Amino acid sequence: MDSRFKSSINCRIFKPKNFDMINRTVKGVEEALEGVKSDMTLMVGGFGLSGIPENSIAQLVKSGVKNLTCISNNAGVDDFGLGLLLQGKQIKKMISSYVGENDEFERQMLSGELEVDLIPQGTLAERCRAAQAGIPAFFTPAGYGTEVAEGKEVRDFNGKPHILEHAFNADFAFVKAWKGDAAGNLIFKGTARNFNPVMCGAATITVAEVEELVPAGELDPNEIHIPGIFVKRIFQGEKYEKRIEQRTVRKRE
Amino acid sequence: MLDKIGIAKRIAQEVKNGYYVNLGIGIPTLVANYVPEGMEVEFQSENGVLGMGPFPFEGEEDADVINAGKQTITTMPGASFFDSATSFGMIRGQHVDLTILGAMEVAENGDIANWKIPGKMVKGMGGAMDLVASAENIIVAMMHTNRAGASKLLKKCSLPLTGVNCINKVVTNLAVLEVTDKGFKLLERAPGVSVEDIQNATEGTLIIDGDIPEMSI
Repeated sequence: MDSRFKSSINCRIFKPKNFDMINRTVKGVEEALEGVKSDMTLMVGGFGLSGIPENSIAQLVKSGVKNLTCISNNAGVDDFGLGLLLQGKQIKKMISSYVGENDEFERQMLSGELEVDLIPQGTLAERCRAAQAGIPAFFTPAGYGTEVAEGKEVRDFNGKPHILEHAFNADFAFVKAWKGDAAGNLIFKGTARNFNPVMCGAATITVAEVEELVPAGELDPNEIHIPGIFVKRIFQGEKYEKRIEQRTVRKRE
Repeated sequence: MLDKIGIAKRIAQEVKNGYYVNLGIGIPTLVANYVPEGMEVEFQSENGVLGMGPFPFEGEEDADVINAGKQTITTMPGASFFDSATSFGMIRGQHVDLTILGAMEVAENGDIANWKIPGKMVKGMGGAMDLVASAENIIVAMMHTNRAGASKLLKKCSLPLTGVNCINKVVTNLAVLEVTDKGFKLLERAPGVSVEDIQNATEGTLIIDGDIPEMSI
């Protein structure tokens, strides 16, 4: 590789005597979830079962908190992901774009035990990003002329109708990254990135769990996807099952 | 009459060199298999990948590399991963050249319904509403009639809408049709299908202008 494109390692040589980097590390999942209470609104990263904060979800189940509102693209499957919280009837309301593949979800929804707010996937992502970026609301064409637009302000821009959507307001965001450092910086892997980066800093407290947690200075600043300022607490998950929902393969020729 | 693979093969002819293409779940996914050799094209999946490749070899599946249908996939050289907001930025910002998706109903004014059947389990719209509201070039891949034999090409959609006035073209097991101001314009017939067969299976206004050629696949 051309030396100009090699990572600039000199940006971590400088170490002042009078101050240190902020340390976002918490001891483990119990400390990471401190302050989570019943009736709170939680953002949960992941797409299907890919890139979900497995350890935080397991701890939420264990903690027994109830009446949760969960903002998450999907609702897991019966025995994994947010499906585990549904089994314990801990979720009052789901805000998602797609909730198939889950029998318990269907049962609770049809019986009226579970409130469900279905919103377009791009709108879901942007409502997270808006919360992260301090934008209270935005206009999008998605859903215009459908039931999604009911009761919402419509305005024309460049001759095309758009509907007004608001930033989310959440208490906690639980995200999962591949690597992270003590300063809270995150790097994601593959399509396990999905909603995780846009939920960072989009809630009052963002909890990131990572497969590998390293000391500050170990990650190349050029490669960081999410700066630590958006992450309040970080810990290394004890284990990751990483379940595959649809195992599709081709035969070797 | 075409089967699902036939529909995918016909739609693959609509993919042009240099296109970024979003494929929906079902028949649209098959389109990637029939793009002509040597063409430069990149497939986007809205969960956050551009440059999708074929399914992985057995034993090489990675839970961190999936498509929007949650299927394990591979990536092509030059592929990229990104977050959901960036992904829908590509879609909303009209950087994706072609969107191919399935439908339950299409109306002659270009309305589409493909996400909800009242009274039945509602699974959600996923990214479909964002895609149809923003994409300039949308092709619907579907059967001409439903399982009960009723037309899916209608004067007006009866199911809850996914988007309004947004579909450009429909490829079914019977025909290729363009959505125009006056209704569905019949462009091509599937092999062995007559204009009369198509007329009988179409509830919406069908415009038949001159001789309708049989499609070549």
